[in-house]
Amino acid sequence: MTPAAAPLPAFAGSLSVLCVIFVFLVPFAGAGLALINAGLGRSRSAAHSMMSSLCVLAVAALVYFTCGFSWQGFSGGPAHIFTLGGKDFNWIAAEPFFLRHLDFNGSPAPLAALLGMLSVGLAALIPLGSGADRWRLGACCISTAFFTAWTYPLFAHWVWGGGWLAQLGANYGLGQGFVDTGGASTIQAVGGLTALSLAWILGPRRGKYTHDGMPTAIPGHNSVLVLFGCALTLVGWWGLNAAGAILFNAATPGQTVLIAINTTLSAAAAALMSAAITRTRFGKPDASLTANGWIGGLAASSGACAFVAPAEAAAIGLAAGVLVTFSVEWFELRMSVDDPSGAISAHAMGGLWGVLSVGLFAEIPARILDATGETANRHPGQWLAQMVGIATLIGFVLPMTYGLNWLLNRVYPQRVSVEAERQGMDLYELGAGAYPEFITHGDEFTER
Amino acid sequence: MKILGFLLLLAGWGLVLAALILLGAAGPRAAFVLAGVGVEIVGLVLVILAHLVPRGEYG
Repeated sequence: MTPAAAPLPAFAGSLSVLCVIFVFLVPFAGAGLALINAGLGRSRSAAHSMMSSLCVLAVAALVYFTCGFSWQGFSGGPAHIFTLGGKDFNWIAAEPFFLRHLDFNGSPAPLAALLGMLSVGLAALIPLGSGADRWRLGACCISTAFFTAWTYPLFAHWVWGGGWLAQLGANYGLGQGFVDTGGASTIQAVGGLTALSLAWILGPRRGKYTHDGMPTAIPGHNSVLVLFGCALTLVGWWGLNAAGAILFNAATPGQTVLIAINTTLSAAAAALMSAAITRTRFGKPDASLTANGWIGGLAASSGACAFVAPAEAAAIGLAAGVLVTFSVEWFELRMSVDDPSGAISAHAMGGLWGVLSVGLFAEIPARILDATGETANRHPGQWLAQMVGIATLIGFVLPMTYGLNWLLNRVYPQRVSVEAERQGMDLYELGAGAYPEFITHGDEFTER
Repeated sequence: MKILGFLLLLAGWGLVLAALILLGAAGPRAAFVLAGVGVEIVGLVLVILAHLVPRGEYG
């Protein structure tokens, strides 16, 4: 166990306050995602969706406090390192459990812990959208515990905690190492790939596919919730991207304005692109796909928002809009993946594109690795560092998160019964619906 | 097919790691990293095929 990588930079008082403010904005992203998940599901599962969101956030906070942060750690903190091919391979942090040894004095480490606690909750909300209308509340809490205790902290340590991906530049000369400003990989792609695993394990909702394999439309029950959720997520993403840039990428206060502008432009371009594509193809713009485009643009912005010009951020958003819109259809039609909220396309595909965009567009100041350098360059090996990160997400994180959820499913089946799907999750799992003015027939209520 | 797909995903990642550790020159390293990603794509296709819903299963 040895100290890992370069330590987080000490903060001036004003930068610390600014970072705290940005971190406090992050829960808006969680609130927005919860509303989107509820709105894109069925009305008979709306209360269950919001209840699951609250439980997921609660489980994530407690498990991250218990052991998640100790395995994620922070750059410069203690870590388990072994030597491979003559290079240090920093694979997991070795912080004490229960956030012990953290000095709450305005230094960066406690802020990283707070941001991690909120980020892991946000990432754990992503699979809820894919498992809507059929994922048991208990199973979703246990799955979230696995995710928070192991999947997220491990990968977040590699990227944000001074792990081997962050050290690709120092060890192998690949640009500045794997760079992710606000969580395109750690939050969006990891959450999105977990959502894909769960969608595979749970299977599609009953009635989603006809006997000849064609999907049927099960529209979301409340577009207002969905679109209001989108507006909330923008505020949360400002906080997420800016706080991540300050804490993990040595961004200056002046850069936070650029980050907010880039985040907004990326989401705006992606949403308008989705609206234009659906208007062109179907005659009218589709609200749910436009919402997916918005979220995809936000997810993509998280990769490079601190290191690109506004025009490039808009271009990244436009590409995300195209990618997400066609990806939603592809997953549903070609892959038989029933993803009610489009979370896999918006978060996994958007996040992966955001990771790649760093290698294509970003001009990263050398001060991230070397405090003496201030020049910004497109580093020739940066795209390869980003590709290694993508390969790790698909080749390691996806099998790991699938395996964990598959094991859980063997021990504790994650999908509700046929009867529960017929009744709706609200009545079956909670005993009451989200909309009491709806008539509920007494004979449809059964004790669990 | 599912297990084979996941094994290919892991094998592709192993190829990427091996390229980083064993190869020093930029060209061969990039080629092997891309080859690893290619192996992962093949694995992903197999996993996707293994999860296609059989006709009539959920109708």
